[in-house]
Amino acid sequence: MIATKTIPDFSSPVHVDQVGIEERASRFTKRSIKNETKVNGLKLALNMIDLTTLEGKDTDGKVKQLCYKALHLHDSYPGLPTVAAICVYPSMVKVAKKALGDSGVKVASVATAFPSGQAPRDVKIRDTKYAVQNGADEIDMVISRGKFLQGEYNFVFDEIAAVKEACGEARLKVILETGELVTYDKVRKASDIAMYAGADFIKTSTGKISPAATMPVTLVMLEAIRDFYYKTGKKIAMKPAGGISKSKLALHYLVMLNETLGEGWMNNEWFRFGASSLANDILMQLMKQKTGVYQSANYFSID
Amino acid sequence: MATKKSNTIKLKFDSARSLAPAPESKSAAKIDPQYELFINGKMEKPQSKKYFPTINPATEEKLSMIAEANGADVNKAVTAARNAYAKTWKKMPPAERAKYIYRIARMIQERAREFAIIETLDGGKPIRESRDFDVPTAANHFFYYAGWADKLEYAFPNRRTEPLGVAGQIIPWNFPLLMAAWKIAPALACGNTVVLKPAENTSLTALKLAEIIQEADLPPGVVNIITGAGATGAAIVNHPDINKIAFTGSTEVGKIIQRAIAGTNKKATLELGGKAANIIFDDAPLDQAVEGVINGIFFNQGHVCCAGSRLYVQESVFKEVVRKLKDRLETLIVGDPIDKNTDIGAINSKAQLDIINKYIKIGQQEGAEMYQSSCALPKKGFFCRPTIFTNVAQSNRIAQEEIFGPVLAIQSFRTDDEVIEKANNTPYGLSAGVWTDKGSKIFNMTTKLRAGVVWANTFNKFDPGSPFGGYKESGYGREGGVHGLNAYVNIV
Repeated sequence: MIATKTIPDFSSPVHVDQVGIEERASRFTKRSIKNETKVNGLKLALNMIDLTTLEGKDTDGKVKQLCYKALHLHDSYPGLPTVAAICVYPSMVKVAKKALGDSGVKVASVATAFPSGQAPRDVKIRDTKYAVQNGADEIDMVISRGKFLQGEYNFVFDEIAAVKEACGEARLKVILETGELVTYDKVRKASDIAMYAGADFIKTSTGKISPAATMPVTLVMLEAIRDFYYKTGKKIAMKPAGGISKSKLALHYLVMLNETLGEGWMNNEWFRFGASSLANDILMQLMKQKTGVYQSANYFSID
Repeated sequence: MATKKSNTIKLKFDSARSLAPAPESKSAAKIDPQYELFINGKMEKPQSKKYFPTINPATEEKLSMIAEANGADVNKAVTAARNAYAKTWKKMPPAERAKYIYRIARMIQERAREFAIIETLDGGKPIRESRDFDVPTAANHFFYYAGWADKLEYAFPNRRTEPLGVAGQIIPWNFPLLMAAWKIAPALACGNTVVLKPAENTSLTALKLAEIIQEADLPPGVVNIITGAGATGAAIVNHPDINKIAFTGSTEVGKIIQRAIAGTNKKATLELGGKAANIIFDDAPLDQAVEGVINGIFFNQGHVCCAGSRLYVQESVFKEVVRKLKDRLETLIVGDPIDKNTDIGAINSKAQLDIINKYIKIGQQEGAEMYQSSCALPKKGFFCRPTIFTNVAQSNRIAQEEIFGPVLAIQSFRTDDEVIEKANNTPYGLSAGVWTDKGSKIFNMTTKLRAGVVWANTFNKFDPGSPFGGYKESGYGREGGVHGLNAYVNIV
């Protein structure tokens, strides 16, 4: 799978300058997104959402409702896209798959002892295979942060490669849980390991740890994707998750994506937002753009 | 095989550049059809009876008519400054002087939006820069030096200071308001009075500042702002009752000034040209370094005396850096400076655009490889695509002479000693940049680079508390910080 690539030495240092990356990230927020660019951006952001429910109290009923919402975001606004995927626990994959049918909306499942990843490898593989067998189109795995912080980069690499194998046809998202890695250098290193080990997506966070996705962290990962693309010609997708709940912030992320990786990444095959409440904020902004006035949250279904 | 393939990979950024227009509203800025000279607290008609137009370089439309001060006007302004110095300002308790300077700072903040818009209309710089950099930094300079006015004994421990008298100040067109602030604030704090001349292309914000100074009730004559071109400047420099010349501009004019004041007892600070080396080592955070290079050379269309116009890249990362630079170049939005999304605005004047184009031609004739962004340029106005040259030799003119535009000359190097030698191999010495993750290397470089400012892992950062000035033909004297006070006092 990676025989043609030269795998770098992950123990050598990587260089990300904290001040510089934060300055660059804040620069994207200075772009003024207006009129048709705004409407197009908001619709694109909607179409990139992985609508997520990851709770201990999730039930078939809750997941079915969420799936309906995914297909009918706001029927009083004709011509809206659907979200990209529904993201659930493995036990809910079957229900979601059935509810979504052949709509084209993907089913993503977290796996590998999400969110901590503290389980033996065979359990993680089994978890992954279970989700895939139940129809998951995408697997969101977590890396072993403990091993990573111990410097056991080969362990982390091998684990990702093994899960990738277990995924079969399903696309693999590798969650770095950047809030536990803390420094940008470590985020960069984990991104490199994940991509060389076979990740289709790299993803910031589980949503269970604070801070979750931030713009600078996402930028570090986008730049890692760019360098990987320069070296190998292979595109890797990106998914920031957690903490993106406002339209304006989502538009800032899209500006950042557009100016870092370019048009080739500006669709839901190559970029996703892991979010639960973002969709309704975008809908509210789209309705405002259309009618000229804001509507209260009561006019938008919660799921 | 892998490298060959990767060279053909290119990212696409067309949509990143084609955002819906987001112009700043011009209605917040009031520009009069004609401006007079600000002398002795009043707007006075010029004795020359002459006016010249000032235009918007992005549209070539006339904005206003500006008075041209002749020798008699200069004399009037210097007399007003001398009277104000002797009768009021010199005698005023320093804490009282500080109050006026604070007031000016606050009033700039209150009218920040108006200043930003006018700065952009008159000079061509992107509104994002005038809004986020020029105007707030100008206000900060007044705040900073207001604080020093009654604390000079701490700046010069165990010494007594006295003001110099009347300062003649001549400023350039690249940062009109900010340079006015750099000049006026420390002069006033130390007890001097001022005759200031903005550049003829960009007089408007200085004249707006005159309005603020009037409203702030500064005693008449303490600050006089007169407009005009080189002849007006020469009249200031040669006026016998001026005690100090502060000049920011070209090295050529700096030399003329130095000749003119030789044999007089006028003091001078000169902040002149530059050809800064920006140095990227192979252990640098490359993406941030590329961003710093972009900021270093394309900030304010490259109209920056400390612009990082020479880039030195260690050979082991040369290809990678150049490729990243080219992709980054493609995302820069060149266009109407009043649009909030514009990264690179208009070249300040037709004359400057001609100079830049001349150097671009020279670079190509010298055999350097040119790369320009593929962006479209507006039909009207003075615009230049961001340009980089590779395959440049130290002996090329584009690597030696100041271009003062968005043109970068890139060379490679192998060792630390080699790059120090190359970086110092210039008549200039205003600034330099070093990009490496290794702290010890930073200190080694900063002690050996002969430049007034050396930035490490950043570029074009300014703070009122930090001194700024040159080595060699980049001038002498420091502006900003405690050092900046030195230029406006006699230590007795």
